Amino acid sequence: MATQQTQATARLMMSPAVGMLLVWMLVPLGMTLYFSFLRYNLLMPGMEVFTGFGNYEFFLTDPAFFQALGNTLLLVGGVLLVTVVGGTFLALLIDQPFWGQGIVRLLVIAPFFVMPTVSALVWKNMLMHPVNGLFAWLARSVGLEPVDWLAVLPLFSITMIVSWAWLPFATLIILTALQSLDQEQKEAAEMDGAGALSIFAYITLPHLARALTVVVLIETIFLLSVFAEILVTTNGGPGTESTNITFLIYAQALLQFDVGTASAGGVVAIILANIVAIFLIRMIGKNLET
Amino acid sequence: MARAVSRNRKLTFTIIGWGIGLTLFFPILWTVITSFKTEGEAIATPPSFLFFQWTLENYFEVQSRSDYFKHAMNSVVIALGSTALGLVVAVPAAWSMAFSPTRRTKDILMWMLSTKMLPPVGVLVPIYLLFRDFGLLDTRSGLVGVLMLMNLPIIVWMLYTYFKEIPGEILEAARMDGATLAKEILYVLAPMAVPGIASTLLLNIILAWNEAFWTLNLTAADAAPLSAFIASYSSPEGLFWAKLSAASTLAIAPILVMGWFSQKQLVRGLTFGAVK
Repeated sequence: MATQQTQATARLMMSPAVGMLLVWMLVPLGMTLYFSFLRYNLLMPGMEVFTGFGNYEFFLTDPAFFQALGNTLLLVGGVLLVTVVGGTFLALLIDQPFWGQGIVRLLVIAPFFVMPTVSALVWKNMLMHPVNGLFAWLARSVGLEPVDWLAVLPLFSITMIVSWAWLPFATLIILTALQSLDQEQKEAAEMDGAGALSIFAYITLPHLARALTVVVLIETIFLLSVFAEILVTTNGGPGTESTNITFLIYAQALLQFDVGTASAGGVVAIILANIVAIFLIRMIGKNLET
Repeated sequence: MARAVSRNRKLTFTIIGWGIGLTLFFPILWTVITSFKTEGEAIATPPSFLFFQWTLENYFEVQSRSDYFKHAMNSVVIALGSTALGLVVAVPAAWSMAFSPTRRTKDILMWMLSTKMLPPVGVLVPIYLLFRDFGLLDTRSGLVGVLMLMNLPIIVWMLYTYFKEIPGEILEAARMDGATLAKEILYVLAPMAVPGIASTLLLNIILAWNEAFWTLNLTAADAAPLSAFIASYSSPEGLFWAKLSAASTLAIAPILVMGWFSQKQLVRGLTFGAVK
C-alpha cells in the first residue's frame, strides 16, 4: 500500500511548520517562566538570584497592577460594546439596498487597514488636540468648552480610537453572517405577520449568535494586547491612568529593565489570555468537525 | 404605491448609509486633505476643508528630513519577506493536512491556533534578550523572522481552509485519464490552489505591514518600518501635522487598496474559517 509512504511524506511536509512553531513557542515561554523566578535586572548583570514567587508577589500586589487590570477590562469591555452593537447596526444597514452601497461598505471597513500608530496619532493631534483639533473647533462653534481628551479622559479616548479601528472588523464579520441568512425564512415570518422587531429578535439574532461570539472572542484576544495606541498617545499616563497590562509589562521590562517582574507579569498575561482562548479554540474546533 | 414607498425607503437608507460611511471614513479623508496643506494651515482654526493653497511640499519634506524611503523599503522587505517565507513553510504543511489527513491533523491545527493566542507581551522579555544577544535588534532579518512566526498559524489555517475545498475526486479523475504526477500538479491542482494562496498572501502582507508591537519594541533608526517610524511623530516638539499627514497617507494608501480588494478573504483569515 502507498498509504505508509504517503503518511511519511505528509509528516515530512508538515515538520518545518510544526518544528518552527514548537521552538517559537517553547523557547521564549520557557525563558519567561524561568526569568519569572529570578531577581534579574538588566542594569545589574550577573546578580541574578532565585527568588521563588517573589516577582509574582511584587507584580500582583503593586497598586499599578490593579489599575492596569481594571483598565484592561474597561478597554476590552468598552471596545467590545461599541464594536458589537455598532457593528450589528452597521451590518444591518449595509445589508439594505440603497444607492452606492458598495462604496459605503468600502468607506466603513477602511479604518481597519490603518496601522495603529497612524490612527492613534491622527486622532491625538488632528482630532483630539485641545486647541487646534477638529473636536475643539466643533465644540467651540456650538459654544462649548473644548475638552483636553487625552489628558482628562485618557482611557475613554483610547477606547474611542481603538473602537474606530475595530468597528469594521465586527461589521464585516456580522455582515458576512447576515448574508448567509435564509431569506425564505424571513419571508415566511413576514407572511405570518411578524413585525420587523420580532423578525430581528427571533430569526436574525439567533442566526448571528455564532458570528457574534467569534467577534467577541477574537477581538478580546487582540484587545488584551493593545499597545501602540497607548504608547503614542498617553504613554500610559497621566500616572498609570491609561496603562493596561501589556503596557505595564513593557514598562517594567524595557523602561525599568526589571526582567524578573516583567516575566512574572508576562506569565500572568498569558494566563489571562488563555482563559479566553480556551473558549475560542473549542468553538473553532467544533466547526472543524462539520 | 408600493414602488413609491420602497423608493422613499431606499432614499432614507442612502442618506443614513452615506452619512455614517463618510463619518467613519472622515479621519482618513482628513489626513489626506491635511497632507496637502502648509503647516500653518494644518493647525488653523477654523479649519479649511477644501479652499486652501494645495501643496505637495510635505511629501518632499518628509523624504528629505527623515529619509522616508528607507523606512518604506523596510516595510516592503519585512512584509513581503515574512509573508513569502511563511508561505514556503506553510504551503506543504497545509497541503498535507488537507489531502492526507491523519488522526492527529485536527489536534495539530488546534495547537497551531493556540500559539497565536499567546499575548506577544508574554514573550517580550526573552525575545528582546535573544535579539540583543544575537545582534538582531534593529535588523530587518530579525523582524522578518518574528513576524513570519507570528503569522504562520494564520497562514497555515487559511491555506488549509482553501485547500480543503479542492475536491479529491478531481485528482482521481485526472489520474484515470492518465495524467502524470507533474501534469496533475501543473494543470489540475495549481490552478485551483492559486486563488487561495493569493488571498493568504494578501491578508498576511496587510497584517505584517500594520504590525506595531514587535516593530516598536525591536527596531530603532535603522530597520524601523513605517509602523514604527510614524511613532516618531508623537514627540511633542512642535506641531508637524501636515508632515505627519503626508507620511501617514503614504503609509496607509497601498495597504488600504489591498484591503479593499481582499474584504472577503479577510473574514475567513481572521476567523480561522469559523465564519465564511
